[in-house]
Amino acid sequence: MTLLLALVIGCLYAAGIFLILRRNMVKVIFGLILLAHAANLLIFTVGRLTKGIPAFVPEGAGMLSGEFADPLPQALILTAIVIGFGLQAFTIVLFKRTWLTLGTEDLDLMKTTDEPPRE
Amino acid sequence: MNQIVIIPILLPLASAVAMLLFSRSVTIQRIISLSSSCLLLAAAGWLLAAVISGGMLSLQAGGWAAPFGITLAADLLSAVMVAASALIGFATVIYSFAVIDPERERFFYHPLLQLLLMGINGAFLTGDVFNLYVWFEVMLISSFVLLVLGGTPVQLEGAIKYVTINLLSSSVFLAAAGILYGIAGTLNMADLARIAPRIEQKELLSVVSVLFMITFGVKAAVFPLFFWLPASYHTPPVPVSAIFAGLLTKVGVYALIRFFTTVFPHESIFINDVLLVASALTMLTGVLGAVAQYDVRKLLSFHIVSQIGYMIFGLALHSPLALAGALFYIVHNIIAKTNLFYISGIVERISGTWDLKRAGGVYARYPFISMLFLVPALGLAGIPPLSGFWAKFVIIRAGFEAGEYAVTGIALFVSLLTLFSMMKIWNEAFWKERPHQQEYEGINRYVSMGIAGKAMLLSPVVMLGLLTILFGIFFEPVFRIAESASLQLLDPLLYSTAVLGRKE
Amino acid sequence: MYSIILATASKYLLLLLQMFSVFLLFRGHNEPGGGFVGGLVAAAAYALYFIANGIGKAEKLLAVDPLHLISAGLLLAVSSTLPAFAAGRSFMTAIWFDTGISLFGKVGTPLVFDTGVYFLVLGIALKIIFSLAEEDRP
Repeated sequence: MTLLLALVIGCLYAAGIFLILRRNMVKVIFGLILLAHAANLLIFTVGRLTKGIPAFVPEGAGMLSGEFADPLPQALILTAIVIGFGLQAFTIVLFKRTWLTLGTEDLDLMKTTDEPPRE
Repeated sequence: MNQIVIIPILLPLASAVAMLLFSRSVTIQRIISLSSSCLLLAAAGWLLAAVISGGMLSLQAGGWAAPFGITLAADLLSAVMVAASALIGFATVIYSFAVIDPERERFFYHPLLQLLLMGINGAFLTGDVFNLYVWFEVMLISSFVLLVLGGTPVQLEGAIKYVTINLLSSSVFLAAAGILYGIAGTLNMADLARIAPRIEQKELLSVVSVLFMITFGVKAAVFPLFFWLPASYHTPPVPVSAIFAGLLTKVGVYALIRFFTTVFPHESIFINDVLLVASALTMLTGVLGAVAQYDVRKLLSFHIVSQIGYMIFGLALHSPLALAGALFYIVHNIIAKTNLFYISGIVERISGTWDLKRAGGVYARYPFISMLFLVPALGLAGIPPLSGFWAKFVIIRAGFEAGEYAVTGIALFVSLLTLFSMMKIWNEAFWKERPHQQEYEGINRYVSMGIAGKAMLLSPVVMLGLLTILFGIFFEPVFRIAESASLQLLDPLLYSTAVLGRKE
Repeated sequence: MYSIILATASKYLLLLLQMFSVFLLFRGHNEPGGGFVGGLVAAAAYALYFIANGIGKAEKLLAVDPLHLISAGLLLAVSSTLPAFAAGRSFMTAIWFDTGISLFGKVGTPLVFDTGVYFLVLGIALKIIFSLAEEDRP
């Protein structure tokens, strides 16, 4: 299972990096989203996969004993997903606004910020 | 007493919420904004005084003991940075009253500024790697919105570059934090400082520290990850550019210092070599970029990059003197750089252009404003007795002591070029006679401002200029704080004992 | 595209989903649920209504500006951290009161916080949806 997830993460990173290098804005957004997913899955996998043993304290016992799934990576991922949701929503709105204002989705054409002031 | 650590975070949040409740009235928002930043300045001063007199403060939010809960910790470094951010926040709020247009004010300019300050203060005060990520995102999302507020085409273009690179760096941060948790089993900085030397997977730890170096390097605009900065920082209105220039990159530098002194001290040998080369290249490329520019704001943006190089140089040397120098440099630079952006805004108001070739003649009409420019400009270049002289002096001396003659030589050379490009602004915008004077009749927007407007425009500049002079004259007491901060940093056990509340 | 089936169904679904979102909100803390999920479900209810009936009607139905939801949510969330100060405890420490009534059980500051999150998420999600739909307005 770990190996499979590792492969999936690798593919997600590869696809994400490929996409953010494209000139089209929409593809860049998809690339960023894939990278965020890859990072989340990475946390999930590195936090050790423990199947079927949730971290619940048994009735009557004071603390957890034996093997149990670590809940912290999941809490981290949940937080990261929420934050990523906000950021990606903002990015989509920004890219849409840019497309409406500039009338292009080609990132290579957006060079005015790097050009010297007009003579 | 420990409770005061939360105030610099809670105060901007509370005022932002209050302002959102009064979203109809810009006047009420202005009052809340001003009073909240006054209070923030007072609270940050109180925090700094408490940390200087009583040592490190730490707070476990929700009462859950470290390393399990949400830890906030203020050592001297954090307290100094929070004080600097409160100061810049205060100055920027006043400056904004004079220049920001009503349209932007209606679209929540003031609450966003407070949220930005909250994110910055949170990043300085947190004692947990994952919370650092969260505070970075709070800071980023408010900076995104501030950057595009107004929605002019050039702003949107700049924002695309800024947003994309920052999202990329965030995902690297997240991956690094995940792997770090996998190998260390904790993300509490104090706990990490304790556990990290005993981690067996040394190779993986090196990978993690390089990932952290990349993500903070993007935020701090270190070579070769700086290109987004000159492409975006000149696009928003002046106060936004100024607060970005003063504080945002310094958060990245702060994180680099925090990680490679407190959290991974043993990794620093390898990292320091990388940082040393990066710092030399950062200084050089930044200043060479600046020399070539004729747009004032782009010129200053490139200087941010070049100045970051000095701070990283101080960190890479990793001696008590060098770290103290880097700290002093950060504070000096936050003040001087923000001030330069403010003045560039005033000059633009007077001459109606950002282009140095077309500006001119400011000195003839406004000698006082010209003097106000000279203070931070010469301070940045490092002319005694201003603060920049001491900042550079300490770092260069530390460089010679460490035997890094090549990089120190570059630092001196870059300093010369800094002086050159500051003098270029002086010659072009202030000293020379205005070309095509008749074309610019009636373009001066400074003349038509009322007394109150002019006062709000100039008072932050005067305040920060005075600080640049005072830090230069009273160098010793200020530097003593920086020295004890650097000694704290080089003793990670101090940090972990203070947070975890027990000796190992 | 207007679909009469969806438009009719969405009215009932809106009510149902809102009830479900409140249920999720109160269920939180010790069981799956909470303010975030509840807020998302409530936002989904409005999003469905908007898809079926158009942006104008959805905004009219909501009656308040999403921005006010955001600020109210933030206010609730922030104010829930303050009683801990008054009690002299560490910041954000949860304070519980046992009402003694079995229907309510224990009520405390985490519930206030969750309610704040609920409104915050609802407001932000609706703000995003409405601003993305802005250009489609006839």
